[in-house]
Amino acid sequence: MSGKTVHIGCGAGFAGDRWDAAVPIVATLARRDGPRYLIYETLAERTLALAQQARIEDPSAGYSPYLDRILRPVLKDAKAAGVRVVSNFGAANPMGGAAHILAMARELGIEGLKVAVVEGDDLSVVFDENGIRAHTPVEGLAMPEGRMVAANVYLGAQPIADALALGADVVVVGRCADPALALGPLIHEFGWPLDDLDRIAAGTMVGHLLECGAQVTGGYFADPGYKDVPDFGHVGFPIAEVTIDGTAVIGKADATGGLVSARTVKEQLLYEVHDPSAYLTPDVTLDVTGVRVDEIGPDRVKVSGARGKPKPPTLKATVSFEGGWLGEGEITYAGPNARRRAELAIEVLKTRVRDLGTNWPLRFDLIGTVATFDGDGGDLRVGQDWPEDGEFRVRMATRGGDKQMAQWIADEVLSLYCSGPAGGAGVRHRIAPQVTTASILVERGRVKPSARLVEETI
Amino acid sequence: MDDTIIRVPLHEVAHGRTGDKGNRVNISVIPYHEDAWPYLLDQLTPEVVRSRFAAKNATKVTRYELPNLPALNFVIDDVLEGGVNGALNLDGHGKSFAFHLLGLTVDVPARLALHPEKAVESS
Repeated sequence: MSGKTVHIGCGAGFAGDRWDAAVPIVATLARRDGPRYLIYETLAERTLALAQQARIEDPSAGYSPYLDRILRPVLKDAKAAGVRVVSNFGAANPMGGAAHILAMARELGIEGLKVAVVEGDDLSVVFDENGIRAHTPVEGLAMPEGRMVAANVYLGAQPIADALALGADVVVVGRCADPALALGPLIHEFGWPLDDLDRIAAGTMVGHLLECGAQVTGGYFADPGYKDVPDFGHVGFPIAEVTIDGTAVIGKADATGGLVSARTVKEQLLYEVHDPSAYLTPDVTLDVTGVRVDEIGPDRVKVSGARGKPKPPTLKATVSFEGGWLGEGEITYAGPNARRRAELAIEVLKTRVRDLGTNWPLRFDLIGTVATFDGDGGDLRVGQDWPEDGEFRVRMATRGGDKQMAQWIADEVLSLYCSGPAGGAGVRHRIAPQVTTASILVERGRVKPSARLVEETI
Repeated sequence: MDDTIIRVPLHEVAHGRTGDKGNRVNISVIPYHEDAWPYLLDQLTPEVVRSRFAAKNATKVTRYELPNLPALNFVIDDVLEGGVNGALNLDGHGKSFAFHLLGLTVDVPARLALHPEKAVESS
């Protein structure tokens, strides 16, 4: 078959990622030959639930709120250069996202842009809430209480490949397995059959390495004096070059900072992997225990040796529920005897919340001692001696179903200004609605993914 | 080469990253020098890792070995205090946890530590 190389760049690793990361990717891909793709991963577990809530309030919304911010700067150049875009930025409303992209194309003077949607991830049209709740949750969390907001299954790569076969310039997906954003284009380009497990595994590994954006190019890696990353403020996002046997070279956009090394690749290879011989995806069970990672040039790392085992019999889905309210407040104590003033503030807060008559759980952190690594019980902090002088920030957090109570508890931090220990400063307090999630396994037969082109309607 | 055995933070010998799923995390531990691999295999037992996260009420630790990279991958159960769902802590994803693990001390030949001068008192 073909000796071609497929180039896939990733312009976002999560919803809040760098808005302009794709600009150097598209500029780089425009100078290359062969099939070229730009993928964006924008859909963490909770992101989709928030999008679903947005859609309930406005039926035309529910796609990524960052769609304009990340796609508009590159759409015209991508179309001109023949770089095709694949992303899950459709979120809870791929059709709405597609309509928005077509409108964007009109505004930018782009002619003939073909946009496709992949649908079928929304389980709320397959099961009612009781039907969802009848599934046993996995990953160590119980099925949450609260009203169900969204239930979406992780689709595989085939419907993405189908959308590309329809000639789409932009493929708008809702929930899919993140690696499928890269595997779909590779299946389309190389014609890998789904039972060619080692090839499907190789494409999945490429997607896994790309899906977190800069996390394979020095982002989330830099550790001064240990793992230094050049021109880190301009960290470049990754581009993989893949050949038909599934071997890939991980590189990055031209004229950017960052670093691609065996170390950056190894860290990302194992990111969010549990059993490395059985990483479950909709398309294959990926085994990375035999993977080779070789530096073959500056910022160029070859990865090979992924092995595939048959895909799991079920598909994973994320179910989201309304999760009540998180209340938080923080206040700083600095200077002489600051630690003991901060500890007094904690005692005052405990008294005040008890006087509110609630039994909501409370957590206190004393930032400046040990906080992040400590448990809710504060065992690490209590078990050690800390200086009395310095700078300490008290944090209180609580969670429960009643918005008013969440606010009242958080307000107790604010009132420390006049009524708490001396010198309390810099209060920040807030309440925030929460979304809780569970993962369930769904029979494949219940899921019917589809791909279709979206006609422009003016 | 200095083969004197010294006690250093694991951070001098290896790097790693946390990932989360539900109420579990995985933490990769990747030695800077492949010669450190047998020392990590010997000293970073699941029980050592579990006790490192005792304050977080970690229950079970599973260790996966990837000798070809080389790397270890630890899966730590029930360590997120409810995960991003129910946690009251500042780090419901456990993203910082890799650096808690890297704060453990290990005994290795001095040549395998990036900064051997950071050796700590033996206990």
